[in-house]
Amino acid sequence: MRLVVVGNGMAGARLVSEVRARDRHVKITVFGAEAWQPYNRVLLSNVVAGTSRPDQVRLLGPRWHAEHNVTAHLGVEVTAIDRDARTVVAADGTREPYDVLVLATGSEPVIPAIPGVERATAFRTLDDCDRIREAAASARSAVVIGGGLLGIEAARGLAGRGVPVTLLHVRDHLMERQLDAEAGLILRETLGSLGVAIRTGVTVTAVRERHVELAGEELVDADLVVVACGVRPVVGLARDAGLEVERGVVVDDELRTDDPSIFAVGECAQHAGRVYGLVAPAWEQASVLADLLTGADKGARYRGSRLVTRLKAKSVELAAMGETHLTDEEAEIVRFSHRHKGTYRKLVIRDGRLVGAILLGETSAVGTLTQLFDRGGPLPGDRTGLLFPGVGAAATADNPTRMPDSARVCQCNNVTKGQIRACWESGARDVEAVAAATRATTGCGGCRDAVEGIVGWLCEQEGVSA
Amino acid sequence: MSQVHGDTTVGSATHCPYCALQCGMHVANGEITPREDIPANAGGLCQKGWTAAELLTSPERITTPLLHGKPVTWEEALDYTAGRLRAVRAEHGPDAVAVFGGGGLTNEKAYQLGKFARVALRTSQIDYNGRFCMSSAAAAVNRAFGMDRGLPFPITDIGRADAVLLAGGNVAETMPPFVRHLTAMRSRGGRLVVIDPRLTQTARLADLHLQATPGTDLALALGLLHIAVAEGYADLGYLAARTTGFEAVRDSVSAWWPERVERLTGVPVARMREAVRILGEAGRAMILTGRGAEQHAKGTDTVTAFVNLALTLGLPGREGSGYGCVTGQGNGQGGREHGQKADQLPGYRKIDDPAARAHVAAVWGVDPADLPGPGRSAYELLDALGTPEGPRALLLFGSNPVVSAPRAGHVTERLAALDLLVVADFVLSETAAMADVVLPTTQWAEESGTMTNLEGRVLLRRQAAAPPPGARSDLRILGGLAERLGCGEKFPADPRTVFDELRRASAGGVADYSGITYERIAAETGVFWPCPATETETEAGTEPHPGTPRPFLDRFATPDGRARMVPVDHRPPAEDVDEEFPLYLTSGRVLAHYQSGAQTRRIRPLNQVAPEVFVEVHPELAERLSIASGDLVRVRSRRGAAEAVARVNASIRPDTVFMPFHWEGVNLLTNPALDPMSRMPEFKVCAAALERCTGGDSAEDRERDA
Repeated sequence: MRLVVVGNGMAGARLVSEVRARDRHVKITVFGAEAWQPYNRVLLSNVVAGTSRPDQVRLLGPRWHAEHNVTAHLGVEVTAIDRDARTVVAADGTREPYDVLVLATGSEPVIPAIPGVERATAFRTLDDCDRIREAAASARSAVVIGGGLLGIEAARGLAGRGVPVTLLHVRDHLMERQLDAEAGLILRETLGSLGVAIRTGVTVTAVRERHVELAGEELVDADLVVVACGVRPVVGLARDAGLEVERGVVVDDELRTDDPSIFAVGECAQHAGRVYGLVAPAWEQASVLADLLTGADKGARYRGSRLVTRLKAKSVELAAMGETHLTDEEAEIVRFSHRHKGTYRKLVIRDGRLVGAILLGETSAVGTLTQLFDRGGPLPGDRTGLLFPGVGAAATADNPTRMPDSARVCQCNNVTKGQIRACWESGARDVEAVAAATRATTGCGGCRDAVEGIVGWLCEQEGVSA
Repeated sequence: MSQVHGDTTVGSATHCPYCALQCGMHVANGEITPREDIPANAGGLCQKGWTAAELLTSPERITTPLLHGKPVTWEEALDYTAGRLRAVRAEHGPDAVAVFGGGGLTNEKAYQLGKFARVALRTSQIDYNGRFCMSSAAAAVNRAFGMDRGLPFPITDIGRADAVLLAGGNVAETMPPFVRHLTAMRSRGGRLVVIDPRLTQTARLADLHLQATPGTDLALALGLLHIAVAEGYADLGYLAARTTGFEAVRDSVSAWWPERVERLTGVPVARMREAVRILGEAGRAMILTGRGAEQHAKGTDTVTAFVNLALTLGLPGREGSGYGCVTGQGNGQGGREHGQKADQLPGYRKIDDPAARAHVAAVWGVDPADLPGPGRSAYELLDALGTPEGPRALLLFGSNPVVSAPRAGHVTERLAALDLLVVADFVLSETAAMADVVLPTTQWAEESGTMTNLEGRVLLRRQAAAPPPGARSDLRILGGLAERLGCGEKFPADPRTVFDELRRASAGGVADYSGITYERIAAETGVFWPCPATETETEAGTEPHPGTPRPFLDRFATPDGRARMVPVDHRPPAEDVDEEFPLYLTSGRVLAHYQSGAQTRRIRPLNQVAPEVFVEVHPELAERLSIASGDLVRVRSRRGAAEAVARVNASIRPDTVFMPFHWEGVNLLTNPALDPMSRMPEFKVCAAALERCTGGDSAEDRERDA
């Protein structure tokens, strides 16, 4: 089989490695429009923030391609698909025949059509990150347009570099797709305390030399402008080839387009009416498709993904998942809000299952909640422990004096408090004497303090009663 | 028994019969006291150790050979066995006879058993229960360091560390005196991080506990490595000087950013970062793994990921730091070095290496061409028993697979299908009860020999008590069988004679014992291998090789001296949870018992503490299934079902149940999916269902009625 993959981003590169892991022989050719070796887009916020270096976000390199017998055309854009000849045509004239073609063309940033927008930098590629970091070095002020996940991460990263930054958002609260209004408000205050000024409900009308202009002609200082207004799927190649395209390239549960030889994965694909903009669904799709293409699991099907959003911004802990907007009429809502401390926790429960959650400020429950959400597992009757892990687990009586006589003090030698008391009553007055008689403390030695405490307490009692 | 002057093999100073810590103890007149001179326990003993002597005089000891359940003389038992072995071999060929050994056997016995299989039986079909124990860590560190010594440093180094990460080990129950070293570390301000799906006694001691979902240790290790790189804790100078492959590993963990790992493992990102910070900022740090991380169908890769983390932080080969695996069985270390493994010859040599074959064949006085090649791994061997292609006769020493093998119900069927099952043991274990021939052996304090503990320190087990009349040592049994098979002269029964031959056979191998003598062990309270029989010129004259407490300080045991970093990737458990089997089942140990419990279940005080198999259930799960502590419950998997008493306990994850493996039970359920490299079965995670047994009263009902 000759497999051709168009796109060497997170979805395309993942598909290639998943296929190769299952089948060492299939002939693989991959085209990437960017000359870069593929990198982990999830980590670009860290690059802007300076917590990851560009060389730390690489995925598969040229050496991997060589070692795994994958032909990679990097910096070569595919311009057409000749479906009759089952061949892709690239900008450099390469014609590559395929038996199976996978489109992983990803998406491109949405750049609002406003005057001067060419002065702004998108936030999508490693090149964009370079530009942002370079400009941030000398910028006295910055503006980020867009209060979604990426915009917030970019703004937090710039603030962390010491650049005064204003985040402009057209909607009424931040991350309105993932958060309810109250969470959006608390997030805004948290970011504010970290040096990100936030304006919501504002429309940018122009990008000028040293500032951006808002509706109403107000000006906001900006030596550096970053646009993070969402993405749209790159579907030109598919559309030109006559494949069914709506918002994305339409695929079925096998990730197959309406041409049985052509598949699509990642942000360019539209499955069951949904286009995903996160990496987890793209990788789930890549895994299913690799199973199907190699025959590793012919029954593999993609059934859609559950979305968990984790903000990657220093000192801001935020996790949001699923349907967070349902009301008390539509679902069981459990909520804890402590705006003053920047804490907000919300569970959305339906039919006894977790269908959505927001955790802001403190996320120690996030591991448990994500897994309950992912698996659709049943929830405990008492929801408190879900919001406050550890609550309900009875505090152990550490103080030896309050232990019941049946409590085991020495685990290693199975010695109870009652036995130590009996030992004391027959004359033992220090740890060594108790150890000699009961073997307590002679294993791991961890109960030495407890035994000392009990003996000391018994001696004290004796003194009191005497 | 009093110390006989001049004989180092007799005396009260010996070692505990159980775990790999091999605590030093005195045994005199049935009384046990701890030895202060052995660093591993430094005067400590757990309840297993204190009560170990009870089994020496237990009424459950067997002292008469049994043939089809009836007492017979040794002559009859050995004649019958040898006759049947010869007949099976004549009819079906040498590979129709198999040998299964154990990680509790002394070095001398392990060595002799491997030699017996290859020379007396000429079968390739030998493996041992250590395959179920240490094989994943062994495969990983052989690949990374070129040498598999559990702790490549003295155990006392732990007490001087500033941070220890323990992945999948519950030493507070499995080897309590080990905790003394962790306590020493913590009392100096060092910090302990524990990875475990349960809040174990060990996790309670930790400064930080990462309660990962069963089967996700590998993802967690990759996430920790990702964070270590991203946050600048990679020791680039060390990586350049002492390793190869870092770039590929670094690129591979780019895909394991912490938020992704959090979703798989359930461990919050903040805790992962804290763990890396603790390790990264410590002056001396150690990463240790136990069976919890290793007993998986991806155990080798999991250990590799932890080794990669240790290498990235620049730990292995630096005094006071490093990676180590906490060996489990009493002679789990020595048992994997001297040839009872399917692919191995003494000295940790590979059986498919022509030079190794030539060397060992010369010591054994046979033609290298007559040595068989590699055989089946433990589970594959047990799985093949009594099948048309598999062995028809099995000799079993120091193991109880009816309880300890994965998918044990199936293994029991395979054992029952054999033409001949011969078991050497000192109690009638569940497996011995099935045997055609049972050969009663001496045990522990009744014999001498060497044990190599978890540090790679070779120790001397002295004979401290007289064996009961009727029992014979494993070495004598092998000698008796060899004699009847026509090669008795090659199988002496005296441990020291066998050890001297082992020294020659191991000379020049990775695990070189040639410079170790009983006298040196006695004088030095143990000698660390490798210890070749070379002498060093000093000003004072020539000195024997001192042994090697820390083998990697100058170079690793790879051809170029550098540690190998190999990229690995996470994969889900071989069997994940689903609607029918919605819970993870994991297994482990309790303090009062050892391994299959064949010994400890026969010791009264231990049996009183832990009399029965139980299943640990989280209160949320218990509430949903209307289970109370004390209820009889049934745990089911695709391979079988087991009943056990419920213990409702918030220390376990709500999506997981835990059962100890010292009784027949949990291994009826476990998954025999094998690690592709180590052939380790996936003991530590499978999908299971839980229900209250109907028909019986619930504990609550009983309480009401009472």
